[in-house]
Amino acid sequence: MAYSDKVIDHYNNPRNVGSMDKSSADVGTGLVGAPECGDVMKLQIKVNPQTNVIEDAKFKTFGCGSAIASSSLATEWVKGKTIDEALTIKNTEIVKELSLPPVKIHCSVLAEDAIRAAICDWKKKQGAEKPVAAEAK
Amino acid sequence: MSTDVRTPQVQTQPSQVDATGIKLPIYMDNHATTPMDPRVLEEMLPYFMEKFGNAASRNHSFGWTAEEGVETARERIAKLVGATTKEIVFSSGATESDNLAIKGVAEMYREKGNHIITAVTEHKAVLDTCKRLEKYGYRVTYLPVQKDGLIDLDDLKRAMDDKTILVTIMFANNEIGVLQPIAEIGKLCHEKGVIFHTDATQAVGKVPVDVIKQNIDLASISGHKMYGPKGVGALYVRRKNPRVQISAIIDGGGHERGMRSGTLNVPGIVGLGKACAIALEEMPQESCKLAGLRNRLRDRVMGRLDEVYINGSMEHRLPGNLNISFAYVEGESLLMGINDIAVSSGSACTSATLEPSYVLKALGAGDDLAHSSIRFGIGRFNTEAEVDYVADRVIETVERLRELSPLYEMAKEGINLKDVKWAAE
Repeated sequence: MAYSDKVIDHYNNPRNVGSMDKSSADVGTGLVGAPECGDVMKLQIKVNPQTNVIEDAKFKTFGCGSAIASSSLATEWVKGKTIDEALTIKNTEIVKELSLPPVKIHCSVLAEDAIRAAICDWKKKQGAEKPVAAEAK
Repeated sequence: MSTDVRTPQVQTQPSQVDATGIKLPIYMDNHATTPMDPRVLEEMLPYFMEKFGNAASRNHSFGWTAEEGVETARERIAKLVGATTKEIVFSSGATESDNLAIKGVAEMYREKGNHIITAVTEHKAVLDTCKRLEKYGYRVTYLPVQKDGLIDLDDLKRAMDDKTILVTIMFANNEIGVLQPIAEIGKLCHEKGVIFHTDATQAVGKVPVDVIKQNIDLASISGHKMYGPKGVGALYVRRKNPRVQISAIIDGGGHERGMRSGTLNVPGIVGLGKACAIALEEMPQESCKLAGLRNRLRDRVMGRLDEVYINGSMEHRLPGNLNISFAYVEGESLLMGINDIAVSSGSACTSATLEPSYVLKALGAGDDLAHSSIRFGIGRFNTEAEVDYVADRVIETVERLRELSPLYEMAKEGINLKDVKWAAE
C-alpha cells in the first residue's frame, strides 16, 4: 500500500511534537487508544481561559504512519480555534485531507477522539458540569 | 504464500546507491521469498525454448530430453533431504504440498482414524487445510507452543490417541525461524504408528534435513524460498518403514505416480533441482555466514537500543532469521521509516486481517509486542555492509519514533503501562 504524500510529509516532519505540563490549569490532555490495539495518541491543548482559544497544541503518538499523520494534522487544525470550533472537527475531514484508505479510517477516528478528550479534560479543570465527549454522543 | 508474507509496506523507490556504495533498496525479507540464484536461471533457460518437450511424451526425443531434466532434478532434491528419487512428487509449491500431504493422508487413512495433531504456529497452508478437514468430520488438536516457540513433546504425547492418523508440525517457522525438535517428534510418531508430515519450506536448503535420521514421512518443499523459481515445489512421500500412501487431490493424467496429475513444470523443476544442488554444496559455509551476519545485526541493534526483545528461541533457529520487538514503537511506522529496506512486521497494520501476528501472540508476549515486531530475513546475497546499514537505520528510526511515542514517555516517567486503564476504542 502506498501512503499519500501528505501522510509521508507528516510522518517525516511531524508538527507540534511534544508534551505540556498536564497538571497545569490551562492545559487539557487527551490520551486515547490502547497499546494492545497498536494505537495510542496523546494530544494536549493550551487554552486561553478568557477567549477559549487554543493557543498551543502538542501530540505524541504510538501507531502507524497514518495515526501519526492524523494526530499531527489534528494539532495543526485545533491551534487558533476556539474550543467550540475545535469540537466541530470531524474525522471525515482528516480522512479527506490525508487521503486515508478505508483500513486507516480508525486512525482519523482516534484523532477526533483525542481532540474531544483533551477538550473534555480542560473543561473539567474549568469546573464545567458535564464532560463534552458525553454530550456529543 | 499469502499470510506469511505480512506485506512489507515499503514505498518502492528507484534503485539508488548511497554514499557507502550500498545499493538501495536493500532486500532483507528472505523468508517471504528469495531472489533467484543466477546459476539456477542459467540451468533453467534451455528448458523454455529448445528443450520445451512434455516430460510425459514417451515416443520422441523432445519428451525424453525434458524427462531427463526432470529426473536429474529429482535426484538432486532427493539427495538434499536423504530420500530416494521415487519418493519425490513435484507440485506447484509448498502450499499445494501441504494440502496434498494432509488431505491425502486424511482421505487414505479415514478407516483407521480421524484425528490430526498440529500446532498453533503453523503456516496458514497447514492450519486452513486442517480447518477444512474439521468441517468434514476430522478432529484436530492444535498444540500450544512454549515461550521460545517450540512445542512441548509431552503435550504431543498426551494429545495422541488411537484415532490419531497424522501429526503435522513445521520444521522451521516462517516468522520467528524457530526449529522444532523434528527427529524427536518423528520418533514419537513412529512409536505410535502415526504418520508424520513436516512443512519444511523454510528449512530445506538452510539447515540439514534428513528424512531418515529425522523420522519424517512427508515433507513439503518450496523452490522460491531457496533461491529457486516461484510456482514449483515438491512433497517427499516415504516408501519404506513405513510405506506412506496418500490420495491425490488433483485428478487427471496420472503423473507423478498418480499422486499429482498435471503436465510437469519442467523449467521450474530443473530450477528447483539446481537450487537443491547448490544448497547441498554450500550449506555448511553459507549457514555460518548467515548466522554471523544475523548475530552482527542483533548485537549492533541491541547494543544501542534498550527494551528490545527477541521473539523465539535463539538456540533453535534458522541462521538467517531475526525477529525482534522494539517496545513502544509500532511496527508499520518503523517500516515506513526504513523504507529503503525490505523487511516484514507482525504488526496488525501490515496484515490483511488487521490482527497482529498469531505466531507472536502464541508465544504469550502480548499484543503490544507483536505490534512492535520486525522480521529480518538475511539471505545468500546480503553483505556485512548491508547489515550495518540496516542496523543503523533501524536504530535511528526507533530512536526517532520513541521520541514521538507517548508510551515511551510514560515508561520513562516510571508508569507501568500494564496498570494504565486504557480508553477502549
